Amino acid sequence: MIRAFHRWPGLLALALVTILALSGAALSVFPAAERIAAPQAEAGLTVGALAERIRAIYPGVEQIRRSPSGRITAYWFDQGAPGAAVIEPATGRGVASADPNQAERWLTNLHRSLFLGDGGRIAMAAGAAAMLVLALSGAALVARRAGGWRHWFAPLRGPLAGRLHVEIARIAVFGLVLSASTALWMTASTFDLLPDGSVTPAAPAEVSGKTGAALNEIAALRQTPVAALRELSFPYPGDVTDVFTLKTAQGTGYLDQGTGALLSWADLTGWERISETIYMLHTGQGAAALGLLLGLVALGVPAMSMTGTLIWFAGRRGRPRIRGNQPAGRAETILLVGSEGGSTWGFAATLHAALTEAGQSVHVSPMSAFAPHRYTRAGQIIVLAATYGDGAAPASAKGFLARLGATDYAPDAPLAVLGFGDRSFPAYCGFAKAVADAAEAKGWPQLLPLDTIDRQSPQDFARWGRALGEVLGIDLELTHQPVLPRTETLTLVSRRDYGAEVQAPTAILRFALPRTTLWRRLAGTGFARFDAGDLIGILPEGSPVPRFYSLASARRDGFIEIVVKKHPGGLCSGQLTALEPGDAVTAFRRRNPGFRPGRGRAPLILIGAGTGIGPLAGFVRANARHRPIHLFFGMRHPDSDYLYGEEMPDWQEEGRLARLVTAVSRGARPHYVQDALRGDTAALARLIRDGARVMVCGGRDMAAGVTDALAEILAPTGLTPALLKAEGRYVEDVY
Amino acid sequence: MKSLLATLAVTTALTLPGLAMARPVTLTTTLNNYGGDGAYLALYVTDASGAYVGSLWMAGGKSKYYEHLSDWYRATGGDTAQVNGITGASVGAGRTLEITLDLADALFDAGYTLHIDAAVEDMRDSPNEVSAPLTTDGAGTPVNGRRYVASFTYDM
Repeated sequence: MIRAFHRWPGLLALALVTILALSGAALSVFPAAERIAAPQAEAGLTVGALAERIRAIYPGVEQIRRSPSGRITAYWFDQGAPGAAVIEPATGRGVASADPNQAERWLTNLHRSLFLGDGGRIAMAAGAAAMLVLALSGAALVARRAGGWRHWFAPLRGPLAGRLHVEIARIAVFGLVLSASTALWMTASTFDLLPDGSVTPAAPAEVSGKTGAALNEIAALRQTPVAALRELSFPYPGDVTDVFTLKTAQGTGYLDQGTGALLSWADLTGWERISETIYMLHTGQGAAALGLLLGLVALGVPAMSMTGTLIWFAGRRGRPRIRGNQPAGRAETILLVGSEGGSTWGFAATLHAALTEAGQSVHVSPMSAFAPHRYTRAGQIIVLAATYGDGAAPASAKGFLARLGATDYAPDAPLAVLGFGDRSFPAYCGFAKAVADAAEAKGWPQLLPLDTIDRQSPQDFARWGRALGEVLGIDLELTHQPVLPRTETLTLVSRRDYGAEVQAPTAILRFALPRTTLWRRLAGTGFARFDAGDLIGILPEGSPVPRFYSLASARRDGFIEIVVKKHPGGLCSGQLTALEPGDAVTAFRRRNPGFRPGRGRAPLILIGAGTGIGPLAGFVRANARHRPIHLFFGMRHPDSDYLYGEEMPDWQEEGRLARLVTAVSRGARPHYVQDALRGDTAALARLIRDGARVMVCGGRDMAAGVTDALAEILAPTGLTPALLKAEGRYVEDVY
Repeated sequence: MKSLLATLAVTTALTLPGLAMARPVTLTTTLNNYGGDGAYLALYVTDASGAYVGSLWMAGGKSKYYEHLSDWYRATGGDTAQVNGITGASVGAGRTLEITLDLADALFDAGYTLHIDAAVEDMRDSPNEVSAPLTTDGAGTPVNGRRYVASFTYDM
């Protein structure tokens, strides 16, 4: 719901809000420039003394004004010709033109009315209202994503556009709320919707009839400091009934031109004061530094417009149309989808199509539409659930748990829950787990145990699909193809083979960098920019589904390197390990920002086994700054599958690798990498306590073993792997 | 040609008691290129003693800015009822405002004076920008303004 409040004003008012923000940012410079350029009055100078100075030089002076920046402007007539100038208060002499700045005037009219008069003002006010709605709904979304208002500045994970959008928003939102709400107030004031009109003092009943009071002798002028002056208007020459009109920060009064007596006075009303303050907050006139800050913040709006549109577009593109959806009451299989950005819908569509083809009648709906009493013919219920932020329900699953909790009994049709998530998040598939737990607590029969899909992995999905087909007694082949980025052709330049003797044929494959265009280099897309730990998606011949491998090199190494183990019957690994130099593959790069060593000098503890060494070796190779790296590497036999064994001594000698601990699993005494960790308990506990960062890469079983070992090692320190994960100091890349 | 021809026929303005005869008069106000936003203009008449008689036209729609037309504002106390039905848009720099209305014969050659107060955002207020005595002979003779009005003419 909140998302709809964010999306539609955002898309509809995109252009308007962008114009408002850019013109507002440009306008914010003027008050600051005026503040710097304006000659300021000396402390203690009174209006009387200033007026006397000005009148000595311009005898025909009619009006003196002081702007909030302190700039003093005088208007006069000299022998019938009008004159005006910015005044140097020390001398009373004009020093600069008083004409309005044409650029500022142009920008102001664009900003407030698009040069379209009152209609334009209303359109721009609608833009400001959209901005306010966007800021408030956006703030609610940020809080939800971060897991509460207290985590407002929590580190972000996920795709770049989304991170940038939130990164800018959570700083800019304060300024945007201020700018937008003050804009609405000012529009209301312009259209006389607020009782903030100025109150003029009562017209003086009678005047002395004399003229010529010395300005310095008039008490009101002598007592008013220049800093409080707004405007002083002089009486018409020759009109004895006319008066001085003095406007100050406190109010407006009429002064007798003969005696200098205060004839009448009216204070500013409370409404006027509020409106003046709001005007100052919005324009920065009188608060130049705040104005500049708000202007800077406004520059975030075009960036958020762009990233926001990208997020929306990606979500839309990822959400396919589902054909032949059956009504809930007639379907044998109920498919409930909990999706945030839309990618889970893609998986649901694939599953729907495959089940339908297998002769099932299938009903797909969002989890939020969960209605168990309608599933009268259902044989099974399948839940596909993503997770939002810190284990929260994604957009299309709002209210599901509450509805499930409110039902008297669980449905008879057994349930299978499939979670979608990203292992780099601490709350990986947190919502799917919550759903599975709640179902178990209700006594809902289970069709399949909870399973998970990491980073939209098509392989994970296909594997789960085979398990589902087995229990349903149908042949289910799920080929889900998320929208692929543009692929490039990579040519193999060299290969090194390992592990054949220990039944683990593995190759380090090195590809040449593909030619890249200037635009790609600037935009940082494709292989124009990548680091060790990023992923390479390879499209094997004979399958549209890409297989992902971790990159063992960075762009600056000048080559693309991966480590591949040949799986018996594996389509992609078979093709890759059969490549000879000169052969080519089709590939694309996917960023993996969650698996990076990060900046800083804190020691790194790298733990990997088998092909998991790839990205870790890449980190070591890139470690020109000699950050202390402790590498724990598990292999089968040092004579056979010691990947990067040739480089390790060089890296140690060069200071890129501080310490190397290997574990060998084939031999008289099998020794795994988690055993190596346990053998180093004291040193590891000390390193982690002092801020070291742990990175694990390898198979799922190894990663689980490492987590257990670390939990034991850390027990005396009070730290846990979960705690480190939450801090972002323990990251895994697991397959 | 930057000219805004706001030709209007207003029949009600200034019907003084006992004066039945009236004739159409065209008031033409041309502004100079003063380099600012649209000007607010108040056209009104005073009698021989300088007392306010009535308003002919208000160019500028937002009453909150009328205080900057300071002579008119002081004479009327800012009473918007004085310009009810005779209010139009503000007039841009370099443009012309042309109004046709019926004025009582008795206003001419009787010491009455037509005044224009002018004001522009972020520029000086110019009360009594134009002051033109209403005479039959003066018709068709351009009068210069002080700051914003390049010329003002009334034609009968």
